[in-house]
Amino acid sequence: MEKIVTRHFGQENSHHLINYLKDNGYQAARKAITQMTPAQVIDEVKKSNLRGLGGAGFPTGTKWSFIPQANPKPKYLVINGDEGEPGTFKDKYIFEQDPHALLEGIIVTCYAINSHKAYVYIRGEYIKSMENLQGAIDEAYRAGFLGKGIFGTGFDIEVVIHPGAGAYICGEETALLESLEGKKGFPRLKPPFPAVVGLFGCPTVINNVETISCVPPIINKGAEWFAKLGCEKNGGNRLFCVSGHVNKPGVYELPNGTTLREIIYEHAGGIPNGRKLKAVIPGGISAPILTPDQIDVKMDFDSLKAIGSMAGSGGIIVMDDTTDMVWAAMVAARFFAHESCGQCSPCREGSGWVYRNVKRIYEGLAKDHDLNNLPGIVNNIGGNTICAFGDAVSMSVGSYVAKFRSEFEAKIKGHVCQT
Amino acid sequence: MEYKQEFDKITSRYEVKTAALLPLLHFVQEKEGLVTPEAEGKIAEYLGMPVVHVHEVVSFYHLFHQKRKGKCHLSVCQTTACALHGAEGIIEHIQKRLNIRPGETTPDGKFSLSVVECLGACELAPMMQSNKEYKGFLSKKKIDELIDQNN
Repeated sequence: MEKIVTRHFGQENSHHLINYLKDNGYQAARKAITQMTPAQVIDEVKKSNLRGLGGAGFPTGTKWSFIPQANPKPKYLVINGDEGEPGTFKDKYIFEQDPHALLEGIIVTCYAINSHKAYVYIRGEYIKSMENLQGAIDEAYRAGFLGKGIFGTGFDIEVVIHPGAGAYICGEETALLESLEGKKGFPRLKPPFPAVVGLFGCPTVINNVETISCVPPIINKGAEWFAKLGCEKNGGNRLFCVSGHVNKPGVYELPNGTTLREIIYEHAGGIPNGRKLKAVIPGGISAPILTPDQIDVKMDFDSLKAIGSMAGSGGIIVMDDTTDMVWAAMVAARFFAHESCGQCSPCREGSGWVYRNVKRIYEGLAKDHDLNNLPGIVNNIGGNTICAFGDAVSMSVGSYVAKFRSEFEAKIKGHVCQT
Repeated sequence: MEYKQEFDKITSRYEVKTAALLPLLHFVQEKEGLVTPEAEGKIAEYLGMPVVHVHEVVSFYHLFHQKRKGKCHLSVCQTTACALHGAEGIIEHIQKRLNIRPGETTPDGKFSLSVVECLGACELAPMMQSNKEYKGFLSKKKIDELIDQNN
């Protein structure tokens, strides 16, 4: 299988320009800027079926086309490298191992949307990511790939890293913009969408690190080649992050549409100690949990949606048959309670309420009504908040209760859960 | 003003000066080990914003510290992948070894313990951040070695 985003991973000095240049480095940026119009670049990306790989799966070229070019304000590109969705750790590898691929994607994207400034928001804990990307930015400036009049044209571009400071919510794109503007990360009401009113009130495209790293190969090899690698409406490959109870946790680049079974048992080496699969989160902690009978699902956005879960960020967390699902629900609920930003009452109050409720059940202190109330509480958070975090609390915790209700009931009856 | 030159350099990257608040706070914390009320005042004055706005931001983001942390600050992840690999036991072991609870610092100022949510390194579970460095596949033995090295 042809690797795209991970093609340079593991090579010596893969994060340095000298290595990146060996493999047609910055030729896509040169081609886009010197031979294509911005509209042609957008069209090519649309045809490639590249979709937003941060989790939402929105068609990338379409997003770029929403930037109102008649608006006289500056346009911005913001790269979301906040990577906080539990189970997800792919962007870190791109920052550390191939930051020039991201930079080249940034150049092409900025050209396509007529932006001269890109901010890369990186979570504050990713020190090495920031170091390697800053090193690559410095190299690119020295080589003339960034700065004024690149490739002998009049096109200027500046790239700045913005460090986050430890808040999951800042991965939500409008909270990220607030954080980038020097405020606490409270998501904004939409509309207006960032494409119209984004950073500093200007039209802004926000894309994930992996998404933008796919752009140079699309320009080099063509939209058709990229679209063919994936499945219907999902071009290219995807980085799947596998963790939990597997023999070989790690990042695997595989075609969109690979089955979850293949990822767990072939690529990630199966479950240790001959244990059986009990449950699996397919796309980061926010994605509804799946049971073993569901793992023949193809791991693209549309197939996972069709079975009531989501492809999300590509973070797969595997749980074997020793896992206490009430405990696992409590761990998820604790995460949400900790990370709710506090702006909307249903989420601020509800996420804590859900956590305390599940914790009571886990600790054997709950009564029947605690379990009976739980679906109602989670359903009253989802759909009633400014951002999708509230929906995530609902979908995630709600799915544990729906699929493993007997374990919750057993705890209330005081029985030890069957393992 | 102290740090004026460095502040100017950081803010020059942004179209709107106040956007530099997070990197300025990171800079001050790196220099001083924490963000004091005095530092909040200095930054507020420099950026021309109310000091309460700076304080609000400092208290919102958990990477900003209003109290000095120990020389070795252990932030142990407790989220799902790490939890499945025994994060609870790791946290308990550190508490016993250092005789502190999460959020506390040893009286000699050598160690602080924080329990945190996902650090984006689930492939290393169970893992933690020790100052700036990620440390994975933790075991009681590895924790003991790290504590002995820093003691």
